[in-house]
Amino acid sequence: MANGDIKRISREPIKYEAPAKRTLLGFSRKQLCIPYGVFLACFVVLPLLLIVFYSFTDSTGHISINNFVKFFSSATTLTTVIISILLALATTVICLLLAYPVAYILARSNLNKGGTLLLLFIMPMWINFVLRAMAMKDLLTMIGVFEINPYLSVIIGMVYDYLPFMIMPLYTVLVKMDKSLIEASQDLGASPVRTFFKVTLPLSMPGIASGITMVFMPTMTCYVISDTFGNGLITIIGKLIDEQFTTFQNWNLGSAMALVLLVIMLISMWVTGGFKSEDTRGTNL
Amino acid sequence: MANKGKVKVNKGVNPQPQGKKIIELIGVKRQFDDGVVAVDNLNLYFNRGEFVTFLGPSGCGKTTTLRMIAGFDKPTEGKILLNGQDISNLPPNKRPVNTVFQRYALFPHLNVYDNIAFGLKLKKLKAVYENDKGERIERIEKLSKKEIAEKVAKVLKMVDLEGFEKRSVSTLSGGQQQRVAIARALVNEPEILLLDEPLGALDLKMRKDMQLELKEMHKKLGITFIYVTHDQEEALTMSDTIVVMNDGVIQQIGTPTDIYNEPKNAFVANFIGDSNIFSGTMVGDKKVKFIGKTFDCVDDFAKNEKVDVVVRPEDVTLLDEDQGQVNGTIVSSIFKGVHYEMVMMVGKSEVVIQSTTERKVGEKVSVSIKPSDIHIMAKEFSSNRYDGYITKKNTVCFGDGEFECDVTMLYENSFLDEEGYLITQEGEKIDLTDVDVNVEVGLKNIEITDNQEDGGAVGNIVSIIYKGDHYQLIVRTDENEEDFVLDTEDTWNENDRVGVIIKPQDIRLTLKQEVKR
Ligand SMILES: Nc1ncnc2c1ncn2[C@@H]1O[C@H](COP(=O)(O)OP(=O)(O)O)[C@@H](O)[C@H]1O
Ligand SMILES: [Mg+2]
Repeated sequence: MANGDIKRISREPIKYEAPAKRTLLGFSRKQLCIPYGVFLACFVVLPLLLIVFYSFTDSTGHISINNFVKFFSSATTLTTVIISILLALATTVICLLLAYPVAYILARSNLNKGGTLLLLFIMPMWINFVLRAMAMKDLLTMIGVFEINPYLSVIIGMVYDYLPFMIMPLYTVLVKMDKSLIEASQDLGASPVRTFFKVTLPLSMPGIASGITMVFMPTMTCYVISDTFGNGLITIIGKLIDEQFTTFQNWNLGSAMALVLLVIMLISMWVTGGFKSEDTRGTNL
Repeated sequence: MANKGKVKVNKGVNPQPQGKKIIELIGVKRQFDDGVVAVDNLNLYFNRGEFVTFLGPSGCGKTTTLRMIAGFDKPTEGKILLNGQDISNLPPNKRPVNTVFQRYALFPHLNVYDNIAFGLKLKKLKAVYENDKGERIERIEKLSKKEIAEKVAKVLKMVDLEGFEKRSVSTLSGGQQQRVAIARALVNEPEILLLDEPLGALDLKMRKDMQLELKEMHKKLGITFIYVTHDQEEALTMSDTIVVMNDGVIQQIGTPTDIYNEPKNAFVANFIGDSNIFSGTMVGDKKVKFIGKTFDCVDDFAKNEKVDVVVRPEDVTLLDEDQGQVNGTIVSSIFKGVHYEMVMMVGKSEVVIQSTTERKVGEKVSVSIKPSDIHIMAKEFSSNRYDGYITKKNTVCFGDGEFECDVTMLYENSFLDEEGYLITQEGEKIDLTDVDVNVEVGLKNIEITDNQEDGGAVGNIVSIIYKGDHYQLIVRTDENEEDFVLDTEDTWNENDRVGVIIKPQDIRLTLKQEVKR
């Protein structure tokens, strides 16, 4: 055989063996979860447990339900809770009524090619929250709305701040909606109005549900707006909790209030969750 | 007034107007905002109870046509008549037409029953009552719950989905969703049922079954079906009438047999089945020349007219060498279950042959074709096309001649450098010598001259046809009998020997394939 010549002995497909475990940089999947688990334990589970612990103890550390008794027997706290819920409800309803037509038009019109118009509507979300509130307040003062009624100006402020959070999920469901369903409805004899109520609206329920969740819950607690727009006349439950922790240093009562709020939120989530379906994915921000 | 004593006289849809024509499209054109003309100048009508199929390749405008009949799209020109009345501006919900959508479009938030009952619940009926005094009273009524339930049950039985009422549509298989979509449309008893490629998403076996079932339903219900498909076999087996479309224009309307046996042009012939389509020239009375031979035929066309010749593979008779009309070599052979499909090369042309006897690849054979099996179709002759190549001097050779040309049209934004190389937009240098190109020259862009040496090619005028305001001439070269077809207003005589002149910018060049760089 000449120098450098080689002879093939055999040739066959390469066999691959499955690795024992999928790894990333030598860590197993389980190991990669550890940091997340630690984070969850430190910043979610532990604080929750602490809140539960504080709310069921008194200042000396003894188990008691006094905090809750105090909470539910105080007329001022209960009024605050009811006012908070009413304000949040009003804000949510107004947001929904304003956002639906906007989202509908944005999703359907040719003007919003490439989402530019949508951007205009959600851009305020990217401006600093406090700055936005202050600017709005000045505007309201200027046109004189501010003096009419503190509740009115708080609602205006909240609607202004949370409108984009309602538009976004509605826009997402509406833009994804299969247009042939609308055509099918008309084909079967439904007028455009009927088509809206029998097809478009039911199919946008997931968007409505996540919009409500994203507006109703924050508006119950976000006292920056009620402080700014309410002229100090309106207290919402978020403010009350803050005061217990900072002004009065009563962590136990503060925790109990936070726990009650948590329960209210869970209930509201359960209510809206009633018409949430599995295809809500992607409608939340 | 008391209800007592009233007798129901009539409750139902308006009695169907008589007359055979149910729908008619007159000069219908649809142009979209971006300028795309989806369909153009549609003129056709269908009779009540027909099964009509729109057949054509994807993008030819079938869906657009259907959408205009349903009312989702409006014609930009022309009008649509239903029972003789213009419905061009009637919204879809007011038309007695229902659609089975391409992707079913079932309502995901409703179950099977509510999907099907959707249209029934909306239906308004004009009821006429007569009281005991003989006065007639008209009322608008809706179907009762019971009537709706009965209708839904009946249609579910028809599509073989009894017991599926409460099922959510998302739990159904593709075939079942398809049936629900058909049921949802049919239950409204439309005058016309529109179906847009309804079987496209089903597998072959299910598609065949559904084809039969749809045909069965059509027979039973007597409703006019307008069906859209790109599958020629489906169209041929199901339809009473086929409308073949291409590029938004009707190519042919006829029965399946008409369209299969007498295709009007090369497109229809090609689309409707495997066919041999050759370019030919009439060379005498009922004589046509193609694949280098002259054949007898039965169609009468003017001498020297350019034609398309269609021969079905099953009509080609395979014989031993020198036994038939033209010899060739077998280059491929595939067994197709009942017959062999073979390809024979004759010069540069391929002839597809179907035969039950096999000939081996490489074998020399001969074929013959009966005059009645040669279908001749007028060719829309709009430009001369040649195979050519670029020379060293950046001229182009074709049609037995050599012409000055503009090679920069082969590449966008390219130019020639001083040495004659082509520089592309990207700055690449290309040597075009001997590159094969397609050459296209318009009929109006060819001039002829008595000074033969001025022309890029030389030939004799073999035909002069007067076309009303100009003459159409054919100049044929000696060597390879290449033809230049041209329009001119000047008078020439047959057999004049002339030079052919074409301006460089009128020679349209395209690459046969990408040049190696
Ligand atoms: N809404 C539209 N806007 C612009 N062009 C369209 C639109 N709908 C269809 N077209 C164009 O019209 C032509 C015909 O489309 P279509 O009727 O859907 O064809 P087919 O159903 O035969 O496949 C295509 O070129 C398509 O791109
Ligand atoms: Mg289509």
